Amino acid sequence: MGWQWFHRLGSPRWFYEKTNAWIPWLALLSVALLLVGATWGLGFAPEDSEQGNSYRIIYIHVPASFLALAGYYIMAISGAVGLIWKMKLADMVMKSAAPIGAVLTFIALVTGAIWGKPTWGTWWIWDARITSMLLLFFLYLGVIALQEAFQHQETANKASAILALVGTVNIPIIYKSVDWWYTLHQPATLKFTGESPIDSSMLYPLLTMIVGFYVFFALVLLMRTRTEILQRERKTRWVKALAGGQTS
Amino acid sequence: MGKSARGRANIVSDLTFQFESFSEFMLMAGHGPYVWACYLITAVALVYLACAPLVKRRALFAELQRQARIENHELNKRKQASTENSS
Repeated sequence: MGWQWFHRLGSPRWFYEKTNAWIPWLALLSVALLLVGATWGLGFAPEDSEQGNSYRIIYIHVPASFLALAGYYIMAISGAVGLIWKMKLADMVMKSAAPIGAVLTFIALVTGAIWGKPTWGTWWIWDARITSMLLLFFLYLGVIALQEAFQHQETANKASAILALVGTVNIPIIYKSVDWWYTLHQPATLKFTGESPIDSSMLYPLLTMIVGFYVFFALVLLMRTRTEILQRERKTRWVKALAGGQTS
Repeated sequence: MGKSARGRANIVSDLTFQFESFSEFMLMAGHGPYVWACYLITAVALVYLACAPLVKRRALFAELQRQARIENHELNKRKQASTENSS
């Protein structure tokens, strides 16, 4: 026992059939959490004493930024697993994570810019945190582009995994940027050790949104990976049967 | 930022809607356009993320069904041809 699940993960079909039942639960949970969190943050959390109502953007800006980074970990780690163990499923996860991470980084950048206007008086500034997040966005785009650039899927996987791994240098820079080069971007709102500089009436809706974004990310990553499995296994009998029997 | 204007209290039992009316909720004392634009852009992006794999799967299945129909058609033609030859 013990390692059987790891070998089974090498079988995309097994993974596809195993995860069938998870989708509706993840969808329900993420929609519920995001609706509750957004309503709470928009209408029921108290106004910020310094920033007024513009701070309500935090309830999407911070979760999106969290997931932009978490998505990069997932992409880089599965890229490494694919490189080392030649696991097909890991390569598919890497490929699927890239566009999701890119969209979340885009959300973080855009909501940050919109939040910046009423708070700092400018949409954009070449602050260290913002610049390193922009770099993260380009790294995601690089992985997406490399996936499309090669005729052979294996070459594409190798190239994008290496880019993803090299790009991890950027991650600690993003985390530390607000402390190392403190300019306009405010320091972290949440701290894992010590007390966060945020009141609990604002913290709870924020945590709800963060968990909601995590579940949503898991859902979308799973959906994309499953579609990728079908795409790559489209010549097999089980996918053909699935396509014929299920017209959705 | 981060300090509530009202100070600490019981979080859930203390929940009240922060705005006097719906129009004030929309305006948010001038910050409304910024806040609502962010939420709208995010909603659109998340809906796109959720729909994209479904659309792709539907297109793939349609393509596979089309291929299966063509294969069946050719298989039938070949069967017919072989029965005509043998008779």
